[in-house]
Amino acid sequence: MRWQDDPVLEVEHLKMRFGGLVAVNDLSFSVGRGDITALIGPNGAGKTTVFNCITGFYRPSEGMLSLRHGDGSTLLLERLPGHSISWKAKVARTFQNIRLFTGMTVLENLLVARHNPLMLASGFTVFGLLGLPGFRDAERQAVEQAKFWLEKINLIDRADDPAGDLPYGAQRRLEIARAMCTDPILLCLDEPAAGLNPRESHELNELLLSIRQDHGTSILLIEHDMSVVMGISDHVVVLDYGTKIADGTPEEVRNDQSVIAAYLGVEDEEVEHVEAEVGL
Amino acid sequence: MALNTPHAPAIATAEATSSATGAQIAAALREAGIAALLTLGLSIPILAFKTEQNQANALYLQPRWGVVAVACALIFALRFVLCLRAARRAAAPPRLKAPASPALQKLFGIAVPLFLGVAVAYPVLATLASGGLGGARYWVDLGILILTYVMLGWGLNIVVGLAGLLDLGYVAFYAVGAYSYALLSTTFGWSFWLCLPLAGILAAFWGIILGFPVLRLRGDYLAIVTLAFGEIIRLVLINWVDLTNGGAGISSIPRVTFFGVPFDSSEGGFASLFGIPFSPMHRMIFLYYLILMLALITNLVTIRLRRLPVGRAWEALREDEIACRSLGINTRNTKLTAFAIGAMFGGFAGSFFAVRQGFVSPESFNFLESAIILSIVVLGGMGSQVGVAIAAVLMVGAPELLRNLDFLKQVFGAGFDPNEYRLLIFGLAMVAMMVWRPRGLVGHREPSIVLTERKAISGSLVKEGHG
Ligand SMILES: Nc1ncnc2c1ncn2[C@@H]1O[C@H](COP(=O)(O)OP(=O)(O)O)[C@@H](O)[C@H]1O
Ligand SMILES: [Mg+2]
Repeated sequence: MRWQDDPVLEVEHLKMRFGGLVAVNDLSFSVGRGDITALIGPNGAGKTTVFNCITGFYRPSEGMLSLRHGDGSTLLLERLPGHSISWKAKVARTFQNIRLFTGMTVLENLLVARHNPLMLASGFTVFGLLGLPGFRDAERQAVEQAKFWLEKINLIDRADDPAGDLPYGAQRRLEIARAMCTDPILLCLDEPAAGLNPRESHELNELLLSIRQDHGTSILLIEHDMSVVMGISDHVVVLDYGTKIADGTPEEVRNDQSVIAAYLGVEDEEVEHVEAEVGL
Repeated sequence: MALNTPHAPAIATAEATSSATGAQIAAALREAGIAALLTLGLSIPILAFKTEQNQANALYLQPRWGVVAVACALIFALRFVLCLRAARRAAAPPRLKAPASPALQKLFGIAVPLFLGVAVAYPVLATLASGGLGGARYWVDLGILILTYVMLGWGLNIVVGLAGLLDLGYVAFYAVGAYSYALLSTTFGWSFWLCLPLAGILAAFWGIILGFPVLRLRGDYLAIVTLAFGEIIRLVLINWVDLTNGGAGISSIPRVTFFGVPFDSSEGGFASLFGIPFSPMHRMIFLYYLILMLALITNLVTIRLRRLPVGRAWEALREDEIACRSLGINTRNTKLTAFAIGAMFGGFAGSFFAVRQGFVSPESFNFLESAIILSIVVLGGMGSQVGVAIAAVLMVGAPELLRNLDFLKQVFGAGFDPNEYRLLIFGLAMVAMMVWRPRGLVGHREPSIVLTERKAISGSLVKEGHG
């Protein structure tokens, strides 16, 4: 299994406490390099909390999050300051409720994602202010990259429109493209298919597969739509009440008794009985 | 209230648009009645009685029920019309949001060069219009005042308009700049041109000092702390008598020179150097062009910064701080640069203020100044450079205009001083603004980069920042 042999991210004994509430409890799993890994579980299972720990929005109460780059170097995400996780560790993310810069154009949204490289190229603003050519070249490159992604997500015609004017499905795609503009090695998507119609959902699958194939980016996604999960993921991790209840290939997880129990909300012993009742 | 009118089914809306229904009229009447009653309640303590003195020098109350009745009737009529219009608009099928019309865009295209032309030619125009250098004094002085506020507005616009950080203590940096020049020039005898950058750097330094503790605060809390900071600076200036000479202020600050040549009637002064008759107006006109240049530099730098990564990061921060963090933007440093650069321009303006007045005292840097500068930014349309300039002209120029409306005395009698109504008109104007142009005079945002076609972004999508 790739996630055992060559993990890009290893989560070990992760625990996240909010006061008395333990949202994530002793969670360990790995994300394979080049895999599409799905993190699933009922509402309130702690999936978004895991994302927030990985991307530096929460500091874990306990545990270790190690990110391995292709060259063998390892970074401990829980020790990095929040903004370095995108820039140094190359982990990008999207949000469960879309967070675009609504008053900025689609193109500007993508350029903000190139903040750090452009900042360097502009000599921390000094060279940029003087209008030196180095910065102009860097900006032209950033625009080219943005154009590449806009063509990929079919938004090139709307590049100069405000992001807030886009339809919902396009906003979801734009948020993914914006995350990809940071050149991540691990892309974390929080419910990317939520609210999409079947056609958009299908397009999303295509987009994710091509991101994995053409850019070598590993993908960790939270998803409720089982057709997406079963259709494109290589590895599924199931969370319930903050603990892992299953971990394996989609087939293994699909047939796991405790997963079915968690989704149907009954005790393990009653699963067969309930399954028969609902006609599974 | 109009908002409460139930959404009529689609078929009914067609006729509702042509004529107001009975229910709408009744609702509007009720609404207007309530407003009139409120006015009555408010005007009893404010309008209904006037204190007068009789022959025995005793105060007595003179009732003015006529005035009250007029006020109530006015409010009733206004509210009635407003309610009907709102009801009709709510019933009408929602119009598609029209993007800024091309005509309007073209107008903006002309407005900027026009403004610039007028600003450059202003002293000449003022001289010609008032028939001589001496007569233009008042007008040039007013121009300097307006430009100072334009510059301050542009400086604060970086913090409030672009980065979305509500700063109520901007005047502190103005004060730091003014005192920097005052102290450096009187103590060390350094020239204005040397002190100007130093004042800017010192103000930026204070901007960072203020920035550090307040960065974790948002919205209201940030506003309160910056407000307090402004007061602290003022109180320090009053109480640190050894350094600042306290409330008495610092006087005899060296006047501005023409790059070393003094503006006086002596040998080697500006007038004799250029072989023209001496006039105190030369210095004024030089000051005018000095502040015009400083303001334009502020503007150019801001326009440039908006197109650089740091400027985009400011605006992104205003839109969504969490998304910024996820994209690797160091939000703390980004906020600090906004504070520092905004403060730096405040410092430049401050040292200009000191060199123009020749005298600084803590009196000049009270909260009202901060409030005026902030109103200029809000009135102009957050983030819009042109809007801020127009707002500064209106906010500073209009009260002066009021002072000159002598013909009103013929209408209302000799005792009428239109200047006394300044704050009333200001308040009314603010209310009107909030009703009709809640996003400021220029309610749309210009994109900082364009791929194929430049489109203005409607203000309703642009966020105001959260702290
Ligand atoms: N910042 C927080 N403070 C307190 N409780 C939180 C916080 N974030 C998440 N939780 C709690 O943690 C649990 C898991 O939430 P979440 O990770 O959002 O679940 P989901 O799997 O649906 O994404 C929920 O009970 C939620 O109320
Ligand atoms: Mg969630």
